Amino acid sequence: MTSFVNSIPGLYGDWILHALVWLPVAGLVHVLASPADRAAGLAFRWSGAVFILSLGLWWAFDPGDGGFMLESSVPWIEAWGVNYSLGIDGISVFMVLLTTLVTPIAILGSFNYIKRRRKAFYALMLLLQMGVVGVFLATDIFLFYVFFELTLVPMYFIVGIWGGERRIYAAVKFFLYTAVGSLLMLVAILYMYFSSGVDSFSYEAFLSADLSLREQLWLFAAFALAFGIKVPIFPLHTWLPDAHVEAPTPGSVILASLLLKMGTYGFLRFLLPFFPGAAQHPTVVTVMLVVGVAGIIYAAWVAAVQPDAKKLVAYTSVAHMGFVVIGVFALTVNGLQGGLVVMISHGVSTGALFLLLGMMYERRHSRLIDDFGGIGRVAPLFATAFVITALASIGLPGTSGFVGEFLALIGTFETHALAAIIAATGVIFAAYYMLPMVQRVLFNELDKEENRNFSDLSRREMWVLGPLVALMIWIGVQPGPFLERMEPSVQAVLERVEDGAMAAAESTETDGNERADASVRALPPADSGPADGPDVTPASAPTLAPTTTPGGED
Amino acid sequence: MLSAAAATAAAAAAAPGPGPLARQAADWEPLLPGLIILLPLLGFIANGILALWAARQSSAAVRAGGEWDPFAGDRRPLTHTLPTWIGPGVMALAFLLTLWNFEGMWAAHLDEPVVEKFWSWIVTSTLTVDAAIQLDQLSMIMMLVVTGVGFLIHVFSVGYMRDDVGYPRYFAYLNLFVFFMLVLVMGAGYGMMFIGWEGVGLCSYLLIGYWFTDREKSDAGKKAFIVNRIGDFGFLLAMFLLYQAFGTLEFGGIFDEAEGQLVAGGAVVTSITLLLMLGAAGKSAQVPLHVWLPDAMAGPTPVSALIHAATMVTAGVYMVARSSVLYALAPTSQAVVAGIGVLTALIAATIALKQYDIKKVLAYSTVSQLGFMFLGAGVGAFTAAIFHLMTHAFFKALLFLGAGAVIHSMHHALHRTGSHEDAQDMRNMGGLRTRMRITCAVMWIATLAIAGIWPFAGFFSKDEIIWYTAAWAGAESNPYGWLYTVYWLVALATALLTAFYMTRLMIMTFHGASRVEQGARGHLHEAPPVMTVPLIVLAVLSVFGGWVNVPEALSDSVVGFFGALPMSEWLHHWLEPVTESAAGVQVAAMGDPSYSAPLFGGGEVMWALLSTLAAAAVVAGAGRFLLARKYVPAAEAAAPSSGLGRILYNKWYFDEIFDRGVVQPILAASRWCWKVVDTVLIDGFVNFVGNFTRLAGWLASLFQTGQATTYAFVLTLGVLAILGAAVFLQ
Amino acid sequence: MLTHALILSAALFVIGTLGVIVRRNAIVIFLCIELQLNAVNLAFVALSRYTGIEGQLYVFFVMTVAAAEAAVGLAIIISIFRHYETVNVDKFNLLKW
Repeated sequence: MTSFVNSIPGLYGDWILHALVWLPVAGLVHVLASPADRAAGLAFRWSGAVFILSLGLWWAFDPGDGGFMLESSVPWIEAWGVNYSLGIDGISVFMVLLTTLVTPIAILGSFNYIKRRRKAFYALMLLLQMGVVGVFLATDIFLFYVFFELTLVPMYFIVGIWGGERRIYAAVKFFLYTAVGSLLMLVAILYMYFSSGVDSFSYEAFLSADLSLREQLWLFAAFALAFGIKVPIFPLHTWLPDAHVEAPTPGSVILASLLLKMGTYGFLRFLLPFFPGAAQHPTVVTVMLVVGVAGIIYAAWVAAVQPDAKKLVAYTSVAHMGFVVIGVFALTVNGLQGGLVVMISHGVSTGALFLLLGMMYERRHSRLIDDFGGIGRVAPLFATAFVITALASIGLPGTSGFVGEFLALIGTFETHALAAIIAATGVIFAAYYMLPMVQRVLFNELDKEENRNFSDLSRREMWVLGPLVALMIWIGVQPGPFLERMEPSVQAVLERVEDGAMAAAESTETDGNERADASVRALPPADSGPADGPDVTPASAPTLAPTTTPGGED
Repeated sequence: MLSAAAATAAAAAAAPGPGPLARQAADWEPLLPGLIILLPLLGFIANGILALWAARQSSAAVRAGGEWDPFAGDRRPLTHTLPTWIGPGVMALAFLLTLWNFEGMWAAHLDEPVVEKFWSWIVTSTLTVDAAIQLDQLSMIMMLVVTGVGFLIHVFSVGYMRDDVGYPRYFAYLNLFVFFMLVLVMGAGYGMMFIGWEGVGLCSYLLIGYWFTDREKSDAGKKAFIVNRIGDFGFLLAMFLLYQAFGTLEFGGIFDEAEGQLVAGGAVVTSITLLLMLGAAGKSAQVPLHVWLPDAMAGPTPVSALIHAATMVTAGVYMVARSSVLYALAPTSQAVVAGIGVLTALIAATIALKQYDIKKVLAYSTVSQLGFMFLGAGVGAFTAAIFHLMTHAFFKALLFLGAGAVIHSMHHALHRTGSHEDAQDMRNMGGLRTRMRITCAVMWIATLAIAGIWPFAGFFSKDEIIWYTAAWAGAESNPYGWLYTVYWLVALATALLTAFYMTRLMIMTFHGASRVEQGARGHLHEAPPVMTVPLIVLAVLSVFGGWVNVPEALSDSVVGFFGALPMSEWLHHWLEPVTESAAGVQVAAMGDPSYSAPLFGGGEVMWALLSTLAAAAVVAGAGRFLLARKYVPAAEAAAPSSGLGRILYNKWYFDEIFDRGVVQPILAASRWCWKVVDTVLIDGFVNFVGNFTRLAGWLASLFQTGQATTYAFVLTLGVLAILGAAVFLQ
Repeated sequence: MLTHALILSAALFVIGTLGVIVRRNAIVIFLCIELQLNAVNLAFVALSRYTGIEGQLYVFFVMTVAAAEAAVGLAIIISIFRHYETVNVDKFNLLKW
């Protein structure tokens, strides 16, 4: 299959990434141009088509290569060296596939939930998909930032228009929290752009930026704050429970499965490679590990006492993402790979949990755990799916959750044993928050008459949950294909961190000019031409430079 | 199983050449070992589909406001007949396949474990965990116990659960449990073992809460899972340390390297083994993590027999025995393991004295016997621990199933008369022997076995553990010799307590005057053959099961039938390839065990005779004493109000201490985190920023009068200010 | 010469500005704005003698804009008068948040 797909480079590999970004937009136009009662079906079909197309990436992707592949680049704002350039590697490919899988499922899961302004809703969902896919595919920092911010807008409206009672508060909180972070990141990006000396926003150009350790630390802080709010890491998490509780089901699903991943993806893609010196700085590592571990324990505790099921699951997201944070900042292969698997696993299992909670809400119009009980008697399929998903979420071996958490913890243990030990208590607390919820919803006496009419899964709902449940078990039993595909890219990130840190150390010692040389190009593949190719010629860059200065005066 | 073993032994003895267990490398291809694991999984899938099918029908009935009665028609629905064949069927096949492989392994004189890899489970550049199984003598014994006893319990369940609406679901869970248990004992590394480890915990959770609409039962399941996870936390950390020390989690890689890699008695191996012990304590209900097991009796009684007596709870013992090399390298951990074991044995035995629920007594008895196993494993008598594990599986499964037959009978009788008396409370029983002769007889056999009375199975295994404790206490350079002496004395005393509380159980249940309600008495009846046949098979095993490992020292004496038994120390030799390196390490560290008991002297034969005589005396004495006592039915009885009786009745207040000391503080902390940190501190700050901005905006808006002329005036002032600045600040 | 022209321009501008601020009649304010514009025009013309023709060029722009503004402004004032029956700007305070 690999050879087959690769034998037609002129076909699949050339257009697929662009198609993934722009097909949702075409779908968006189609939805807007059609009557409202067809919006849901159309949106599902478009996103489903995108998913089927994206499946080819599994094979088109070369597992042995740690750099970007299927790259393509078109000049966008030549004066500033901005390119519309896309590429994919072992880190982003899973995020992209997760996005293309979860979006149609979320749309399918929303058929009964969304009753008002359906055209607008589904158009926004497709816009959201475009933004998220773009975030994961962009290899130009400017383009990345545009996509990163683009995701904010549809999510804001999805929460603000189709949300619950406190939707405005939640939407504004969500927007402001993330905007604060991303504006700081914008400042950092501009600083890097102007100080790098390369008039390009390409990923490679930023990698070669020549930064002292002091600069690295400041820029790291700005980036980390932006991504950390998105993750969210403790104590920047309070927007998440509100947004989740108020968001409509598909919004929660996308938020948990995809938007949170943009933060941790940013850690892996930008934070570590751009600032290798800072990423290895003992204080930085300590701080990140502390917030990661604190998030795991704290969120688990807070989750355990929530009366609102959706809020409970929202807090568990914080706990899960804590595992990603410690895995990433352990700076070991196992830790990074574990973090990535937790990201995938969390996307699948928490997405499924939100879908299940949405189904409960559709039936009973309540999210309070105490309003349920004994559901297992009237809805056995629902209960089965719920239990499997809950177990995957608390990391039972044989499900996806375990593989990720195990690797993340063992990777952390290699370098920071104490953090891993404390984080491992999260295993206990996971049972402490999840099982009581499962019990109070599914088990116990069926003592509320309203719950007698709690219908079991419909055929559509089985199609919604089936793929996710299958994926949880597949990754849990046979994670090899996932791990082997992400390994080279993860290795490349680690090499970059190690080399870069050495270079940074040298440069601070000698204050010399040759400091960047050692660290340049640890990551990009040999044929990373387009970004610094003829599109941004060195000759044109100086003459155009003055036009960029007005921006700098602000 | 034993008959087959005996047959093979006879065949081996007849064959010329080296002794039956001479160590030599041999090529041996196990027959479809993967299928042994796969069969219960297939059973789970088949039964699971049937269970969902049945549950759909049941849910439709419940939604309509009624209850589903699958037994209303003339014929049972397919969902309630097929599991009868699928559930025990896959177990029978798995057992036969295991037997076949057992015979093959025996014939091959296997020296090295046979590892079969299916696929790579977790692979990164520095860590590889294979989905692989390992067949060696230890896992073979466990497989035989799991599939053999498991099969009998499946058969018993057919009778016991016959009238339950969730029949297919029950068998689905039970099959799934066996699957995970087999993964646990057959896994070729700690990673695989952990899959089984948590998997059996899951099944235990599901089966304890099998009647999930009952809040108490569902609570018990949850408690079991969470307490187990405390142990799993230790297991996880131990795996991390093992990975750091060895770079692998496979048994082969670890045990071959252990002696070279680890400093004997060093911090690393001690931490690893202590953490593993934490895991084992969680799974095998050792003090203080034993609190979940008595509650776990909320599950159906055959589940208690299979999971909470015969197999799952012994997983911890299996793990310690499996890691014998590591423990032998860490004498401190050994002393801790043995100490926890003996303490558990004592505490649980004392609690069992004052319990009235027949299953609770057996539960504490199980905890106590598990303590004995840990004592054995702790003092380096790994074979004795596994031996006791095996015999305990026989007689404790028998006791639970017998209790199940009693409860079944009581339940039916009380149900007939519409009584709401507790069918499990022994104060409501008495005199059942006339109604249930077979059950009474087999349970007496099991009682004599667990009490350690010659020549029943429990005598040999328990005596061996106690004797090894004494022997190692006297080892020349055992740093904890005096501690071992204490253990030995406590273990002896506990053995007598065992004899007492088991006699109490038997007397209260089967003897004396009947305290069953007048009307219900007539409805008491013996269990059907599908239930009694497994009981009889287990009774046979409880009698003869101990004969496979009569110690050499005893075999020529009266307790060893003067050498008439063909299999003296069979199990010991059988397990030698697994345990010999541990034994070597231990002898190197502590010197040889002594051949006479500490403090009093005397050899193994003397102490064996003494202990069986003492136990017999306790049984006889307690029987006379308790028969003479009057019991009042549970409804009229009051809880003991003072003294030791009250403490024992309340189980040493472990649950209360945990609740006040751990659960409530964590809950309070959780609420504090939510209500104070999240809501007040973090959100307070966030909302403060928001409100501050809003306030500033409101203040600024006061300058907006809406009068265009005012704006013009301010504008002019502003322009003048800028111009002025431009002019004067040049 | 230039100085005189600029002083005159400044004086006109200040008168216009003060008129805008202190007068209450919308029509008068409007006239004052015209006064300001023409003050600027004067400055432009005066300066164009030294800096080139662009100054005078801008005057035409300003006159055009002023004419357009007069048309729109008067229309607004008439509309307001129809609504409120007054052209006293103190009565119009809707120009806030």
